[in-house]
Amino acid sequence: MNKEITLAAVVAELRDGMTIGIGGWGPRRKPMALIREILRSGLRDLTLVAYGGPEVGMLCAAGKVGKLVYGFVSLDVIPIEPYFRKAREAGAVDVSELDEGLLLLGLRAAGHRLPFVATRIGLGSAVMTNNPDFRTVRSPYGDGEELLAMPAIRLDAALIHVSRADRAGNTLTFGPDPYFDDLFARAAEKVFVTTEELVDTIASDNPEDMKANLFEPYLVSGVVEAPLGAHPTSCHYGYGWDLDHLKAYAASAGEEGGWRAYFDRHLTGDEARYVASVGGEARIRSLPIPTF
Amino acid sequence: MTTAKDFTLAELIITAAAEAWRGDGELLATGIGTLPRLAAGLARLTFSPGLRLTDGEAYLVAEPVPLGPRGGASPRYCGWMPYARVFDSVWSGRRHAMVTPVQVDRWGQANISALGPDFRRPRVQMLGLRGFPGNSVSHKNSMFLPNHDRRSFVEGEVDVVASVGFKTNNWPAGAGPDFVRIGIVVTNLCVLDFGGPDHAAQVLSLHPGVAFDEVQAATGFALLRAPGLQQTPAPTEEQLAIIRRLDPHNLRAGVIKGNPPGAGSAGGEGAALADAEPGRRP
Repeated sequence: MNKEITLAAVVAELRDGMTIGIGGWGPRRKPMALIREILRSGLRDLTLVAYGGPEVGMLCAAGKVGKLVYGFVSLDVIPIEPYFRKAREAGAVDVSELDEGLLLLGLRAAGHRLPFVATRIGLGSAVMTNNPDFRTVRSPYGDGEELLAMPAIRLDAALIHVSRADRAGNTLTFGPDPYFDDLFARAAEKVFVTTEELVDTIASDNPEDMKANLFEPYLVSGVVEAPLGAHPTSCHYGYGWDLDHLKAYAASAGEEGGWRAYFDRHLTGDEARYVASVGGEARIRSLPIPTF
Repeated sequence: MTTAKDFTLAELIITAAAEAWRGDGELLATGIGTLPRLAAGLARLTFSPGLRLTDGEAYLVAEPVPLGPRGGASPRYCGWMPYARVFDSVWSGRRHAMVTPVQVDRWGQANISALGPDFRRPRVQMLGLRGFPGNSVSHKNSMFLPNHDRRSFVEGEVDVVASVGFKTNNWPAGAGPDFVRIGIVVTNLCVLDFGGPDHAAQVLSLHPGVAFDEVQAATGFALLRAPGLQQTPAPTEEQLAIIRRLDPHNLRAGVIKGNPPGAGSAGGEGAALADAEPGRRP
């Protein structure tokens, strides 16, 4: 079984209007090589579901987004994603702004093939007023508590960046936090994985290594070899986020024609051109993992 | 314990904010932002040894991690706390966070999401709701606001209710703010809470040199004087030593504009003393 495909082949599987979930968290381990391929494509009117980072801002800047489903969109050290902010303040995108945990619960419900999960989260807050289609349910037990019926968030596709993968769709994801990539994978009709390292097999004699396997290979539709594919976000233990690049990107949002200039400088060629445009492989690999 | 004479307002705030966690027993303590994080570490190392802290990434640590570059020194890890487990801890109730909202209203509701009357096109997009709805309905939350003014303590309702509060008509029938627990709110002027009659806001202590009327004028809703209203206690030398150890790069100096002293050199001290007795440590 060989699931290896190219970035372009993944994008060819996507359609206008699809709901696409993106793994990672803020400026951490985002499938940016695939995002860049989408930015170069004609895709539009996407619904994005994410613990959002620069991928959300870039897709907004490029006019690819019809709707956003998110708990936050942040570059962490740059707290508010600049192009997300711009799109919101222009009223350019529809949004479903959620509690981070509701996003988790909605994805989990989809993965479990349930219509909703009951939760207290969101009640009494702007989640209810800003998502007028959300309904409550009453506990059928003695407590009779009224709870939010958080609807399942079903994805047409999930895009996830991993550390190591083989062509059968087995994956390993290193780093301190798996985030919610497993839930994105289960909530999606199709899962496309980019990997820092493509190997013949991830098999190991040490079962402890397999704790880094977050989701099952039979969920994975395609695997793309994409070293440095999370740049400018971080990817343990290969490289930290590129703060200089993120600062320049953020600054471009305040400049006339800033997105066009960013696009022309970094996105007009392939990934090799991209890596060269941001200073080359050695520079990326020397970016330190941040401490807090 | 020796009361310090020379300390900054930021250090006074850290000491006051640490009190949020007094008596909490064993739980996950999260201070979001420089001063709340230092406050949680201070509480952990003094009167609340049961607090469990993280490294700000994904691990529980044996000792509070100093802020900023660590020069190669590694924290000692003693547990794993990725976001999935943070949510489980949040929803179990075994957590007390101190958060830094942009707006707070008379009902204890708080906003970090966006500003402006039209959510579909906000005047200012901020962070989004993040985990505030879930946090505020699941566990106790305290707050820190570095600029106490009428833009942060708003006259009406916050523009976006991120953190829930005691405004009962925001809740559906059969649900209600029974689970809402708001701890203390520490600002550059005072410490307050929502522990007055019907969850009314009340000032617990005034920072040195600050008068009650000054706080009221900077607040968009009515404040009560809490019984036993006092002056915010100065840090002790022992507390200052811990704060310096937890913040070796003095990041706390950049939090309050101008990094003013904490002993109240500004005018109005006489008026302040009319409102508040110099504090005694509980």
